[in-house]
Amino acid sequence: MNLHEFQAKHIFSQYGIPIPKGFVARSVAEAKSAAEQLGGSVWVVKAQVHAGGRGKAGGVKIAKSLDEVTQYTEEMLGTRLVTHQTDEHGMPINAVMIEEGLDIAREIYLGALVDRASKRVVFMGSAAGGMDIEEVAATEPEKIITVRVNPVAGLQPYQCRQMGFALGLTPAQIKQLTQIMRGLYRCFEERDLSLVEINPLIVTGDDELLALDAKINVDDNAIEVNRQAEIADMRDISQEDETEVQAAEHGLNYITLDGNIGCMVNGAGLAMATMDVIKLHGGEPANFLDVGGGTNKERVTEAFKIISASPDVQGILVNIFGGIVRCDMIAEGVIAAVKEVGVSVPVVVRLEGTNVAQGKQLLAESGLDIIPADDLTDGAEKVVGAVSA
Amino acid sequence: MSILVDKHTKVIVQGFTGKQGTFHAEQCIAYGTNIVGGTTPGRGGESHLDRPVFNTVRDAVDDTGADASMIYVPAAFAADAILEAAEAGIKVIACITEGIPVLDMLKVKAALDFYDATLIGPNCPGIITPDECKIGIMPGHIHKAGSIGIVSRSGTLTYEAVKQTTDIGMGQSTCVGIGGDPIQGMSFIDVIEQFEADRQTKGIVMVGEIGGTAEEEAAEYIQAHVRKPVVAYIAGVTAPPGKRMGHAGAIISGGKGTAADKFGALEKAGVATVRSPAEIGQRVSDAFTG
Repeated sequence: MNLHEFQAKHIFSQYGIPIPKGFVARSVAEAKSAAEQLGGSVWVVKAQVHAGGRGKAGGVKIAKSLDEVTQYTEEMLGTRLVTHQTDEHGMPINAVMIEEGLDIAREIYLGALVDRASKRVVFMGSAAGGMDIEEVAATEPEKIITVRVNPVAGLQPYQCRQMGFALGLTPAQIKQLTQIMRGLYRCFEERDLSLVEINPLIVTGDDELLALDAKINVDDNAIEVNRQAEIADMRDISQEDETEVQAAEHGLNYITLDGNIGCMVNGAGLAMATMDVIKLHGGEPANFLDVGGGTNKERVTEAFKIISASPDVQGILVNIFGGIVRCDMIAEGVIAAVKEVGVSVPVVVRLEGTNVAQGKQLLAESGLDIIPADDLTDGAEKVVGAVSA
Repeated sequence: MSILVDKHTKVIVQGFTGKQGTFHAEQCIAYGTNIVGGTTPGRGGESHLDRPVFNTVRDAVDDTGADASMIYVPAAFAADAILEAAEAGIKVIACITEGIPVLDMLKVKAALDFYDATLIGPNCPGIITPDECKIGIMPGHIHKAGSIGIVSRSGTLTYEAVKQTTDIGMGQSTCVGIGGDPIQGMSFIDVIEQFEADRQTKGIVMVGEIGGTAEEEAAEYIQAHVRKPVVAYIAGVTAPPGKRMGHAGAIISGGKGTAADKFGALEKAGVATVRSPAEIGQRVSDAFTG
């Protein structure tokens, strides 16, 4: 789960990580009063969306008067921001942050994530702050400094000093960096983060380190097991795909794609493989959909409704390898859904595994226009053929 | 022979009396697995499925001599269950549980270094040596004792590989589901190393998916150490970057972990790859006839 910048900064403040003075605003009036409260003569107006690349996309504006604060806030609120990280529809801007303008002497990148290769939390730093870090990683990987944390010992001060010296900071700045890194690590552990980024971490003209931006990604599993209540409450579903949210409510794992063949599969690996085989036979999958390894009739029906609700879908391929799940139960779910929803596009069903004969018989006797397939290849060929016909 | 588990393996079930634990323990018993008991804290002394229930894994091991465990404990408590099994001396721990917080697994992984225990999973179908020992949720009837070792990150996709190797008559020595999480117990390399050393295993099928670099590391290992034929399939050629494809570990991030990278690394290592999982059986067959 992603947090907004203002939420991440709120969390940061609980861990002693210095942030600029600022407020979140959901209306022009709130924005103006925030700027007045902050005082000074320069403010930054920042769109709050779950996407990076806001600056280049016009989602971060420097205001040099209260009128400009009002003007920029008005221009942003209620619109959608399209950045290189979003699709062409962008993300809705329902809030902005109004922050004090700061005198920036240096910009640094600092982040931490779970590194699956080393099985450690790894801190990454780069003197090239403010830049797209993935681009730095791709083109100049030597410019990224990494520190691996032993989970038994935790982050050590020497590791923070190592990072600080490599970033070319002064001893006084390194003291501040150490406090920030230790705060970040404590936050990482206590809040079950999977990623945290400060890009940029700035050094001000007064030699102070501040987190100018904040990005936090929280492990969904930790939220599922109900041990991050404060963070769970911060969820903003306006930033998520509506269909994906609806699917998740029914225990379905759904991701919208660009094609026209809807897929319903049990198991994540088989769902990906099904998409691949459709593509291999010249088709384009409209979605990834895992109904779960141990699914039931209701979920199958819901899944069918979600897939067939998409106007892009011109054909549906159901691919189930029944292990613990029985094929006759899946067949019942498909039949119930087709009857209930009144599906108008061709439906190809491939069943395999437990009770496959009963499942196929149910489909054949249903009187519905369901195209049976013998295996994955046959299923893909039939659905691609049906869609292009 | 086979790897890790066989007809002598004594298995306990952690989370024995729960709905999942009960259902799958019944299935395993019906398959012929030697399930010697299980644990549910607070229900020690009871009997469940005609087998003893213990309060702790330590009690279960002391009483039954169990050397393997199958874990169905809910995600919030699964890390605790894995470490309890390791501490009690269990040698093979198969954790079926899905959705364990990543930081829990990070600690478990580091702690397991202190024990002589092998962890399979989490978020996996488990392990099976056909006709001898099934520890997990896979459908037993599609398996056939034979000569192909199967290792996979995905559950139902493993079943595809199993069915096809059964259909061509070769069957399986052992099948290991290593799971779809970013931090896991056994890696591809750990399993492949054992298949290479196992006399019953004549060939290996490896089923990977997008995300991470485990397949690339396995490719390097295969090139340097494996003489047996290996057939590989990687799921997720069509997966868009930045989207988590069901499994927590299946995500292309920072341009890394694409299926194309993995296919490339495996082909460079001399592995026979297939672009469709439907071709796994045929390619295994080719490896032994052609």
